[in-house]
Amino acid sequence: MRIPILKLHHYLLVSIQVDLDDQTAIQFQEDLLNKIHQSGATGVVIDLTSVEIIDSFIAKVLGDVVSMSDLMGAKVVLTGIQPAVAMTLIDLGIHLQNVPTALDLEQGLVKLRQELEE
Amino acid sequence: MSQSCVTINQEWDIVAARHMGREKSKELNIGTVDQARIATAISELARNIYLYTESGTICFEAIEDPHHYKKGLKIIAKDEGPGIKDISKVMEDGFSTSGGLGAGLPGVKRLMDSFDIISEEGKGTEVIAVKWSR
Repeated sequence: MRIPILKLHHYLLVSIQVDLDDQTAIQFQEDLLNKIHQSGATGVVIDLTSVEIIDSFIAKVLGDVVSMSDLMGAKVVLTGIQPAVAMTLIDLGIHLQNVPTALDLEQGLVKLRQELEE
Repeated sequence: MSQSCVTINQEWDIVAARHMGREKSKELNIGTVDQARIATAISELARNIYLYTESGTICFEAIEDPHHYKKGLKIIAKDEGPGIKDISKVMEDGFSTSGGLGAGLPGVKRLMDSFDIISEEGKGTEVIAVKWSR
């Protein structure tokens, strides 16, 4: 399974709408970094509105992809984390502290513009 | 009461186990937030089996508390892997032998209402966790 990555001007947009298994998550990490490299995108929004569960492994993959993209020079914002997912992550002890987040895709794009000072 | 089980041999079985857990919680009218907690706990338990042992099972059982007329879901994660040498250590936050986030077992304990673990070196590990409907 591959997660589609869309390009919009200087940004990449991703909406995760499948139940992520480990392999899909790792593949996505690789695909996103390659796409940043090819497209020269400066910002990425990963929308998680349809994601019903994030366990410690998926959280690690998402947190890592934010740091990896940062190393390459692209800012990533995670958006649309569901209330149940937020509660579960804190129960697990996962705080994703250095990960920029926003309520929805629209706010995510606003946040990217602020972070990139465009 | 009858048990339903998922055998954990490959990575995809982790997803299968949490799907079954979510179905069972829905049948018991457990709320959506607790469904997410249960599915996440199952994911952590199933991943432990997948990473550290040859194979194991995750079983589900609907239970009832006779005094309070409460229903609950009991999850039994069992393997015949190497066992855990020092249980108090794996129950510490931040402890992980796989280089993961270490959220594993203490995280599962926080997600569920009750949590018991029995492990014997060389024989295997059994985790029994329960979530009650509210």
